Amino acid sequence: MKRAMEEKLEWIRSPRRPNVDDIIAGVFSDFIELHGDRLYGEDHAMCAGIARLGDIPVTVLGQRRGHSTQENIEANFAMAHPEGYRKALRLAHQAEKFGRPIVCIVDTPGAFCGVEAEERGQGEAIARCLYEFMQLKTPVISIVTGEGGSGGALALAVANEVYMLTDAIYSVISPRGCASILWKDAAREIEAAEALKITAQDMLGFGLIDGIIEDSRRDSVLYRHIKSTLTDAVNRLSQLFGEQLAQTRYEKFRSYGVFEEHI
Amino acid sequence: MIVDLFQKTRASSRRIKNPKESAHAPVTVTCKTCGREWSAQQYGKNGYVCPECGTHGRIRCRERIRLTVDKDSFSELFGELATGDPLGFPGYAEKISKLRTRSGLEDAVLTGTCRIGGIPACIGVMDSYFMMASMGSVVGEKLTRLFEYATEKRLPVVLFTCSGGARMQEGMFSLMQMAKVSGAAAKHSEAGLLYLTVLTDPTTGGVTASFAMLGDIILAEPGATVGFAGRRVIEGTIGETLPDDFQSSEFLLEHGFCDRIVPRSRMKEELARLLKLHEGKGGRKR
Repeated sequence: MKRAMEEKLEWIRSPRRPNVDDIIAGVFSDFIELHGDRLYGEDHAMCAGIARLGDIPVTVLGQRRGHSTQENIEANFAMAHPEGYRKALRLAHQAEKFGRPIVCIVDTPGAFCGVEAEERGQGEAIARCLYEFMQLKTPVISIVTGEGGSGGALALAVANEVYMLTDAIYSVISPRGCASILWKDAAREIEAAEALKITAQDMLGFGLIDGIIEDSRRDSVLYRHIKSTLTDAVNRLSQLFGEQLAQTRYEKFRSYGVFEEHI
Repeated sequence: MIVDLFQKTRASSRRIKNPKESAHAPVTVTCKTCGREWSAQQYGKNGYVCPECGTHGRIRCRERIRLTVDKDSFSELFGELATGDPLGFPGYAEKISKLRTRSGLEDAVLTGTCRIGGIPACIGVMDSYFMMASMGSVVGEKLTRLFEYATEKRLPVVLFTCSGGARMQEGMFSLMQMAKVSGAAAKHSEAGLLYLTVLTDPTTGGVTASFAMLGDIILAEPGATVGFAGRRVIEGTIGETLPDDFQSSEFLLEHGFCDRIVPRSRMKEELARLLKLHEGKGGRKR
């Protein structure tokens, strides 16, 4: 179903919405979570591991949003630190080594903004993800399942195919942040959200995503939709060689931008 | 993440004394750090660096090119690209049109070829006077074309970064530029070619989280603000005031995220030396 903006933002923030753990349990089998970036530490805001999509082994990466305050505190409200992105990148390279497709479940307000995140190079960690994901010689498929917040979301969305759930949003800046910069009034959030054109329907219209996965009030139906979309995508992308996967991924992002050319 | 820059928490060290004068020709300049007042001419002669305390002021892109490249060697590329308004964002088209006239720039980056110490290179210089050098489609496209051109001609790329981050008025098209430029930089690197980044005040948000942090060698000007998140956003999160040197070039060096801090007066010479050390056919192709 497609909700109005206000309802959409409310739904995005709802703790009842399926998170990465629910989606993994509902869509994949044999999930084994893996931890640590081998450089600094473990980031609970980033869920990562290996699972099966039907018969096919895949690597799954995704920001983790909690269902309760306690869970959210543990997972830092789905806002990863640099070590989270470095863990994701480590396991992406591992997936490439073993020829596994990578599935990214994107759901974050953004990368964490804090003193330690800056000290450990949040900017570098995201930049490195963009740079390396662009070159991966294995299929990458991303689904924005809730909130696709800025660079912290994009770090897991440099993919061969990108999908969004019907009511998900994908935005360069949070509507609230936009309203407070532009109009010095965070309360004009809805207005900013409309102006920023952040809905799945907008993204599809712009050609910035490949499709919309129909959401459902029944989670089991949603998981079935996600599974069939992923299975089709994996089958399609498995026809391509590694080099072709990297090249078509680059060409896809290379084509994004709107400008005039005066000659 | 870009809130701060528009609120000018750590304002540029150039303060225009006479508001009637345009930004192009301030009469006097007051150093933000030491408070000394200089004639614009004196200040400009010193490379927009305070002669008293050495604070590096922000600098326009054409001036930067003049200070950095061999005389008359700059030749602009991709100047034909102009800003669009893909979202029909309130007030954006008017803002761009005003800025275009006032700044003499089409958008926030100037790209082209040049020689530095006699070595041919591609150069891109961002200009904070144009919407805080935020990155929209034009900035992304020009930098992508610059990397592609450099890859084809087997030239090194030198980028002077400064930016408030991705340009929200172009929505997701702006965010995608981060991936696009990073991808082009990756292809340039795969061809075994050199990419030098110079971080200047302020480099933040989506630019920090993409090509600014991807140079083979990353230099920074002294005292530049370089970070991912805005200072105020972080202060708001932790509920305390951060020290002055937080997110400075020196902070980056200390934490291992840039190679060297180079004063403006020595920048050209250092770039030339680095370019010379990489002269030849380029590195081994991956």
